[in-house]
Amino acid sequence: MWVNGVTLQNRGLEDSHRLAVYEASGGYRTLREVLLRPVAPEQIITEMKKSGLRGRGGAGFPTGLKWSFMPKGVTGTKYLLCNADEGEPGTCKDRDIMRYDPHRLIEGMLIGAYAMGARAGYIYIRGEFVEPIQLVEAALAEAYQAGLLGNHILGTGFSFDLYVHRGAGAYICGEETALMESIEGKKGQPRFKPPFPASYGLYGQPTTINNVETFASVPDIISKGGDWFLRLGKPNNGGTKIFSVTGHVQRPGNYEVPMGTPFKDLLAMAGGLFPERKLKAVIPGGTSTPMVAGEVMMDTTMDYDAISKAGSALGAGSVIVIDDSVCMVKTVERIARFYMHESCGQCTPCREGMGWLWRVMHRIEHGQGREEDLQLLLDVGARIEGRTICALADGGVAPVVSSIRLFRSEYEYHIQHKRCLVTMGAG
Amino acid sequence: MLSEQALAEIARERAKYPEDRAQSALLAALRIAQEDQGFLTTEVMDYIALLLGIEPIRAYEVATFYSMYDLQPVGRHKICVCGSVSCFLRDSDRIIAHLEDQLGIKVGETTPDGLFTLQEVECLGACLGAPMMQVGDRYYEDLTKDRVNGILAALREGGDDVG
Repeated sequence: MWVNGVTLQNRGLEDSHRLAVYEASGGYRTLREVLLRPVAPEQIITEMKKSGLRGRGGAGFPTGLKWSFMPKGVTGTKYLLCNADEGEPGTCKDRDIMRYDPHRLIEGMLIGAYAMGARAGYIYIRGEFVEPIQLVEAALAEAYQAGLLGNHILGTGFSFDLYVHRGAGAYICGEETALMESIEGKKGQPRFKPPFPASYGLYGQPTTINNVETFASVPDIISKGGDWFLRLGKPNNGGTKIFSVTGHVQRPGNYEVPMGTPFKDLLAMAGGLFPERKLKAVIPGGTSTPMVAGEVMMDTTMDYDAISKAGSALGAGSVIVIDDSVCMVKTVERIARFYMHESCGQCTPCREGMGWLWRVMHRIEHGQGREEDLQLLLDVGARIEGRTICALADGGVAPVVSSIRLFRSEYEYHIQHKRCLVTMGAG
Repeated sequence: MLSEQALAEIARERAKYPEDRAQSALLAALRIAQEDQGFLTTEVMDYIALLLGIEPIRAYEVATFYSMYDLQPVGRHKICVCGSVSCFLRDSDRIIAHLEDQLGIKVGETTPDGLFTLQEVECLGACLGAPMMQVGDRYYEDLTKDRVNGILAALREGGDDVG
C-alpha cells in the first residue's frame, strides 16, 4: 500500500523543513520544469483535472475544476490563497505539513499561481499555530533568497509574492469568504455567494483558495501525472489522503493512505482500540460530519463515495474514534459547545440555534432533561439546516441529530433516570 | 505608546498588503500591541486605528471578535487547555481539574500572584497529542498529571519556554 507517500513523504527526514533538504529530495524540480520548459498553464489545469484531486479542506470540490474557474485576461491582481486555519475538532494534518514540509506547500502554490496567473498570495494560518507560522515564514524567506519567490522567478517572466497572514482565534475563518474578510482586517463573517471568489474574492479581485494538503499534493501530481495520482486511489476519489485518527485509539496519528482504504485497516494502523473496549461510533470527517455506528464503519472504506453511502462525509479526513467507555450525551454536549462558541453571530438561526442546541444537550446531560427534549433537538435542528449563509450551523446540527438517531436509548435513559447509562472510565 | 520594536514589527506586517489596504494589518497590529502591552485597552486600540488610518470601531470589532485578544489583564502565563472532543475523549477534563487543583483557581481565573491565568479553549488543532494545552507560544501535548506538574514547576522557576 502507498502509505505516507505524497504530502507526508519527507516527514521522517532530518531538517525536512529546510530548503536544502527539500531540494535534495527533488523539491522545486517540478516548478523548474514547469517554468523553464515551459509547460502551458492550461496543461497544468488539465493534469489537475485528470488527477481527480478533490479539495482536502473538507468540501471535496474538484481542484482542477476550481482552478479552471479563474478568469483570464482581467486587469488588476489575481490572488491565490491557502487555507491553513485548521480548527475543526479532530483535524490536525495541515499543521504537520507546515511543520515538516513547508516548501512542498510553497511549491504547490507557485505551480498553481503560474497556472492561474495569480500575482500574489497569502497563507492564512490560525494564530495559535506559532510553530508552524515560524517554520512557514522561515521557508518563505529561504525561497525568496533562492529566487523562487518575488519578481522574475528563476529568471522567467513569472512573478509571485507570497506572505503569511496570521489569524487571531476564530474557527469560522476556515470558511473561505470569512477568511478573505479576515485578511481584509475585518471580523471573520462569511459573505453571500454568489459572487464566488473566482470573480469577487480578496479585495474584490479574482481569487482561488485551496487547503494546505491540496496544494502540497500538486508538485507530485504535475511531475508524475494526473493519471498516476488518480490510480493511487479509485475513480472519482483520486489519490491518497491524510487521515488524522484521534480519540480512543492506541496510536493517534496522521496516516496518508490511498482513497478507498478499508476503515478497519486504518484503525489497525492507529494501533487499534484499547483492550477490552468496543467500537461505539466514528466521526469520519471532523465534528461537522454525521456520526456513523461502529459496526457500519468496520465495513466501510475511506473515500468520498463510500463514506457518503454510510450516511456521512469524508470532510477533512478527521477520524474521531469513540469507544464504549464514554457517554454519548456528554460527548455530543461537548461538540455542541464548540459550535455555540464558534458561531460568528451573523445569521439568526445559527447564532440562536447553536446555543439552543447546547443548552438542551447540557440539561439532558445534567439530569434535567424533559420528555420532549429529543423531539425539540430534532425540530430545532431542522429549522437551522439550510437557513444560514455558511455551513457552520449545518455542521453543528449534524452531530446532535446523527447521535440521537444512533443512540436514542442512551438519551432516553438520561432523561428518564437523570443519570448516565455509561459509567465513564479512564480515557 | 508602543515600543520601537513593536512599531517596527507593525510596519513589517503593513508591508505585506497593498498600499490602499492598511486595515489588512489590523489583526497583526493588535496582536503585536497586546504582546507589547500585556492586554488591549481602549487607548491602545484607538492608537492602532490612528496608526493604520482607520475608524476606531474597526479595531474594537476585531478585538472583540477573535478569541486571542485579551481586553482584560491576564497572568504572565496564560494556560489554554483544549476541551474539544478529541481532547475530551482523552480525558482533558481530568487535566483541567488537576490544573485547577495545582493553581488553586478555577477556569477563567488568575492566580493572586499574577503568574497564571487558566482558560479552557476550543480545538487548538493538535488532536493527535490529546490532551494538550498552549502556554504562551508553545503547545504541550500528550499531557499527564506528572507532565503538567513539571511544566508548572519550570514556569514558576522563571522559564517562558519550557519543555
